[in-house]
Amino acid sequence: MDHAPPADKDSLSVEAASVMRYESAWQRVRRNWSVRIGGTVLLVLVLVALAAPWLGTVDPTLFDAGSRDLRPGQSGEITTLDGDTLKHTFLMGSDSFGRDIYSRVVFGARVSLVVGLAAAVLSLVFGIAFGLLAGYLRWLDGVLMRFMDGLMSIPAILIAIALVALWRGSPLTVIVAIAVPEIPRVTRLVRSLVLSIREEPYVEAAISLGTPAWKIMLSHILPNCIAPLVVQGTYICGAAILVEAILSFLGVGLPPDIPTWGNIMAEGRVQFVEYPHNVFFPGVVLAVTVLAVNILGDGLRDTLDPKMAKRV
Amino acid sequence: MLPFIARRLAATIPVLAIVAVLVFLLLRLTPGDPAAILAGDAANVEQIAKIRAGLGLDRSIPVQFAIWLGQMLSGDLGESFYFKMKVTDLIGQRIEPTLALAAVTIVIAVLVAVPLGVLAAWRFGGWLDRALMGFSVLGFSVPVFVLAYILIWVVSLKLGWLPVQGYRRIADGFLPFLRHLILPSITLSVIYIALIARVTRAAVLDTLGEDYIRTARAKGLSESRVLVRHALANAAVPIATVIGLGIALLIGGVVVTESVYAIPGLGRLTVDAVLARDFPTIQGVILLFSFTYVLVNLLVDLSYVFFDPRIRY
Repeated sequence: MDHAPPADKDSLSVEAASVMRYESAWQRVRRNWSVRIGGTVLLVLVLVALAAPWLGTVDPTLFDAGSRDLRPGQSGEITTLDGDTLKHTFLMGSDSFGRDIYSRVVFGARVSLVVGLAAAVLSLVFGIAFGLLAGYLRWLDGVLMRFMDGLMSIPAILIAIALVALWRGSPLTVIVAIAVPEIPRVTRLVRSLVLSIREEPYVEAAISLGTPAWKIMLSHILPNCIAPLVVQGTYICGAAILVEAILSFLGVGLPPDIPTWGNIMAEGRVQFVEYPHNVFFPGVVLAVTVLAVNILGDGLRDTLDPKMAKRV
Repeated sequence: MLPFIARRLAATIPVLAIVAVLVFLLLRLTPGDPAAILAGDAANVEQIAKIRAGLGLDRSIPVQFAIWLGQMLSGDLGESFYFKMKVTDLIGQRIEPTLALAAVTIVIAVLVAVPLGVLAAWRFGGWLDRALMGFSVLGFSVPVFVLAYILIWVVSLKLGWLPVQGYRRIADGFLPFLRHLILPSITLSVIYIALIARVTRAAVLDTLGEDYIRTARAKGLSESRVLVRHALANAAVPIATVIGLGIALLIGGVVVTESVYAIPGLGRLTVDAVLARDFPTIQGVILLFSFTYVLVNLLVDLSYVFFDPRIRY
């Protein structure tokens, strides 16, 4: 909550108010409980993903015919690539190949986080570029935005599925396929921000001083878009992690030899009735991850972008 | 009114045209022989040659698009190489389960979400409001298929109340039809409920601050009448809008839900077609889904006039 006495707000000059808001933005973000909770969970997940080899895991692709379909917590053996057998406790059980679900889930965190981050960055970069162009070059606006309207009319998951089908699944194609349907949303956001910011006096001043268009976009307009874009990027990251899991689960995402949460569930679903743990463990971790990202996004929205917070 | 419908229809046509161009370009902008890609892995040399001739692949891209568009407009979505039949016939066979699933889901979602949203706004900041906001974040975060498996595990496997999977045609009896649809519909409706309830809450919250609400209360109307006739009725436009926009979520969810519950509908067909790289079918289904989405939102726009008589176009 805001601790500043509300009565003072109106009496402050415009400059002073904006300076104060700028200074307190980071502090407001850090005080927000949604940011704290979501951020902490996410930080733990990032650390787990980075430290995956040292968390009692084995190579997630190792299998052992003698350790198939173990219940969570059971012990068994696993054959390493050198042909040695290791004693191993299967914390989350094993799948029908005798692979360790725990190791696969922990290593899967790497894939999910990288895909989420990469798809968010990619869609932001292209969305920002298109949004600046549409908002600034008026002759391009009509054509570009009609194109984006068309792209937005195709449900996101169908675009992703169709693109992966065309290119065949690989980490890069899956990231691009997830990012493409998000681009129109970022473009619209940036365009609307540009249209309002370009009416500001300081932009008018820059234009009358003869500043070139690209310089106005980069040094005057873009910095003012950062807060809403951070919020939007966080939501895209959460959605991308979800879509990657859905694609892999449906068998049209990353190749089955890469341990991803979606792939683990896709393999486990056949035996779901007898061994539900193959679906539940990765499923719960996936849900917690996306939840953490979305809660972080809500917190950032409330603190960085109060106008958007009021809308929904 | 009529000029408005005409103008709104005219604005829809470019969007549909761009969707068609995008679906068309999907194949042409891919490196490799479009005829071979279109035919998929299951096709033989003669089939590929036949497609090449049919598409006029030796001609320029705009001419090719004109040929393709002409076929689409005359209701010819091409031939599926994997299922060995016309794509339109294939869609006809698979459309009933999807329509049934979507209809039951929308009914459940609206019946649950709108009252919840109104009550949450009415007791703004209360326990129901906070629970609903928590649920809606959760609803957006739990993947459809994880939720599906949790429900199957609890309701079908542990309690044994409903069948695990499958679909019964409505012609085979209404009760089995409904029993097989309940779980998939609940699964699919959760994210939709989260979306609609959140917007309903925000929209009703806005109207509750209006003067006419205070007037309605001052003249002694019952609280339920104030909420429904005054607050909700004036919040109808954003709620209708989000129901329309949510169709995109619903379509994405249908693809996953049908796959988990083994329902032989259009969503399942999409996945099967992608796995078989059966491009005429993929194109046909994407066109159908996207056109449905655009047209539903057109109807929603037109419904504003009904919900809010002040809107005169």
